Amino acid sequence: MKLSALHQSYLNRRSNSFRSPTSVDSSVDGSGKSLIAVFWLILHCLCCLISLVLGFRFSRLVFFFLFSTSSTNLYSAPFPDLPVKHLDVHTLGRRLEPGANLTVASGTTTTKSSRVVVGRHGIRIRPWPHPNPVEVMKAHQIIERVQKEQKSVFGMKSSKMVIAVTPTYVRTFQALHLTGVMHSLMLVPYDLVWVVVEAGGATNETASIIAKSGLRTIHVGIDQRMPNTWEDRSKLEVFMRLQALRVVREEKLDGIVMFADDSNMHSMEFFDEIQNVKWFGTVSLGILAHSGNAEEMVMSMDKRKEMEKEAEEDSSSLPVQGPACNSTDQLVGWHIFNTLPYSGKSAVYIDDVAAVLPEKLEWSGFVLNSRLLWEEAENKPEWVKDFGSLNENEGVESPLSLLKDPSMVEPLGSCGRQVLLWWLRVEARADSKFPPGWIIDPPLEITVAAKRTPWPDVPPEPPTKTKDQMPLSQGGNTAVVIPKQQQHSTKIRKPKRRSKRNKHEPKLTDTTQVSSSSSKRQERN
Amino acid sequence: MKLWSWVLIFIVCNLTFSTISAFRLSRSQPTERISGSAGDVLEDDPVGRLKVFVYELPSKYNKKILQKDPRCLNHMFAAEIYMQRFLLSSPVRTLNPEEADWFYVPVYTTCDLTPNGLPLPFKSPRMMRSAIQLIASNWPYWNRTEGADHFFVVPHDFGACFHYQEEKAIGRGILTLLQRATLVQTFGQRNHVCLKEGSITVPPYAPPQKMQSHLIPEKTPRSIFVYFRGLFYDVGNDPEGGYYARGARAAVWENFKDNPLFDISTEHPTTYYEDMQRAIFCLCPLGWAPWSPRLVEAVIFGCIPVIIADDIVLPFADAIPWEEIGVFVDEKDVPYLDTILTSIPPEVILRKQRLLANPSMKQAMLFPQPAQPGDAFHQVLNGLARKLPHEKSVYLRPGEKLLNWTAGPVADLKPW
Repeated sequence: MKLSALHQSYLNRRSNSFRSPTSVDSSVDGSGKSLIAVFWLILHCLCCLISLVLGFRFSRLVFFFLFSTSSTNLYSAPFPDLPVKHLDVHTLGRRLEPGANLTVASGTTTTKSSRVVVGRHGIRIRPWPHPNPVEVMKAHQIIERVQKEQKSVFGMKSSKMVIAVTPTYVRTFQALHLTGVMHSLMLVPYDLVWVVVEAGGATNETASIIAKSGLRTIHVGIDQRMPNTWEDRSKLEVFMRLQALRVVREEKLDGIVMFADDSNMHSMEFFDEIQNVKWFGTVSLGILAHSGNAEEMVMSMDKRKEMEKEAEEDSSSLPVQGPACNSTDQLVGWHIFNTLPYSGKSAVYIDDVAAVLPEKLEWSGFVLNSRLLWEEAENKPEWVKDFGSLNENEGVESPLSLLKDPSMVEPLGSCGRQVLLWWLRVEARADSKFPPGWIIDPPLEITVAAKRTPWPDVPPEPPTKTKDQMPLSQGGNTAVVIPKQQQHSTKIRKPKRRSKRNKHEPKLTDTTQVSSSSSKRQERN
Repeated sequence: MKLWSWVLIFIVCNLTFSTISAFRLSRSQPTERISGSAGDVLEDDPVGRLKVFVYELPSKYNKKILQKDPRCLNHMFAAEIYMQRFLLSSPVRTLNPEEADWFYVPVYTTCDLTPNGLPLPFKSPRMMRSAIQLIASNWPYWNRTEGADHFFVVPHDFGACFHYQEEKAIGRGILTLLQRATLVQTFGQRNHVCLKEGSITVPPYAPPQKMQSHLIPEKTPRSIFVYFRGLFYDVGNDPEGGYYARGARAAVWENFKDNPLFDISTEHPTTYYEDMQRAIFCLCPLGWAPWSPRLVEAVIFGCIPVIIADDIVLPFADAIPWEEIGVFVDEKDVPYLDTILTSIPPEVILRKQRLLANPSMKQAMLFPQPAQPGDAFHQVLNGLARKLPHEKSVYLRPGEKLLNWTAGPVADLKPW
């Protein structure tokens, strides 16, 4: 079918141009006609030979240029205004006349002035075919405008302020977790107040992290230091959250309170969904109880499947804490995390290599209207205890203790079927150290680029003490410092593809390789 | 005095109510009516304005062909089949040919498919010719006007030129016997042999249920700037490029393959329809022929079509103001497509989206079964109704012959 298109068109053109010279020479008398016919036959054979030798396209080009004075409508498509480069060497397009006759004189205009020509066209490429940053910015502004319009048409008509409560304390992974939460909160399209409660007093470390957000923040410090066991930590976190709620009450902040624990992960739909809460709502929270030990994780999952209760979730492998609804979408209870498979094997201390389990009911799965906390608010429902008279010594375990009647809680996220945020607790060792503010100042004296990926096959030997060595977190990779005595050179693994690049560069060390004892001198950058 | 004040109040109330009703909120998005004579025409009802007589051809022209290959019901040329089904049960149909304004000949010329599903047009001229000979000999109405009040549906690549290659199609021209009839076709290009004066351009068939089942919530933010899925180089037929799409698709690829704003590739994702609903602009470049089902999909999914096909005639161009709805880019301006698209003011883009959200616009592009008011079938009938009444010159004097029954390639004259 279309395979023969090129061939056919080639034959067409050849036959067309074949015809026309004979029409020009129509005045030649009959005796010369046979001579001319023989001449054309010979030429035809010659051209066949040329195409065999040189290839179809080049021979066609030669043929056309030889007969360019004849009456074929040879027409090179003009590209006068655009400075473009053509992928194709020949940019010949032929204007085919509708109807039969080819006119003799060159330079004739066609009867129907169509500017669209059939045939081969060049592929236009502009001189710098790469994105222009100014236009990319303009396009993003357009996208933003369109999305704003969409939101105003389909989304929330009036949105309430979001009050995010985060308990935190200074530790190795604080910057990691807090920056994650911060970036999520910075993306929230609604007004936001971030109440950060810090154990151990309000430090500059935390303040510098949250100042980068540009959000309105309230930084509260409490004097107790964070204890080292998970149980005590969660108790203190409850206390810290209640402190934050007191701040909300005193400042009379008006909005929706959500609990953004600093190691949780929030989706943007979560913030859209909680706008629907009237007084007190609950969402589904995915639990990522991670032990750090993969085999143990698999084992515990199997055990969990064996001991599945009826009221639990279906065979989903991700445990979820969230509301349980009956068929009419009314709240009947809660799904909670099943801790039985982990009995005795869960982490006690913060840096244990074991599964960290959530509480019975995590605070992050609940949201409430801040007016519940105020002293006086109109239309405040009767099933809410007065926050001012809350006695903490009675034990406040979950936000449900703030209510007299837990059945009035609104389930959000299509009755808990959508998991809108995820709970995770990962902490470094208690004695791990990190540079203050995560800035290494002054810069390290010796830096050598790793030749391949820095992850070691074999755990690194503990570095010997030298003067220019800075204390580094033990679990991480010692990528930058080499003590002078340990120069490693030989490659144990097969060179990966990166070695090709470094072929011609001076031999560099891979600092985390364990050596055999031969030590070559390396050049350093 | 009192009477005048009551009249005034009455008039004011009427005005307020009419302006409120002008805001048709469907799916809670404020849409804009395509105002002016062009847009309102979409909602005309053809019933009562014309009468169509459907010829009873032997089933070898339609049903048997469909039985042989039922794939014809789903491909983009299925309009001819659904048109017949619609007309057979429509109120515009009349069983009395004497009172008919238009005559419809149901012959499926685009149902001879290769194993891959592409229609072969080689037998179509003969089939059409045989059908016309049949109706000319059994009914007097063809000879009365030599077909000027008959209409045919020819949804193939180049319409009634019956070939998939443009050069060959131009060489053949429109079938001589159809020179006076009205053609309902998908192909449309100005100053082209295969588009006759007075033809009605229709959109290609796109399965309505399939598209309805892939709708996503309208509040999903549109985050893709430009979207396109399809071939850039037709490797099988035109490996070097330059023939296929007149080099326009290849130019799009070469210029924008590394541009993050352009989500273009040759993949066939399962989320194609969903992705279109998340895009602001959808490219609709020409292929081997200038029309494509992408236009229909873009309109249904609210994505502004960027039409890259010089001189194209879009479906129902006399009823739909395409200039206000889509963006037209000349093929020579393709390397500057990003500049063109980013320089469109946001208000214009929002207006186009509102026009696209108009449900009558979307309905006009579809061929639903059973037919619904305002859909493509009705637009075709509206187009036919607008051509009425026929001029007196259409009716030939007895014995007058205008068509040459023996013109055309010799192979076409063989009986089918």
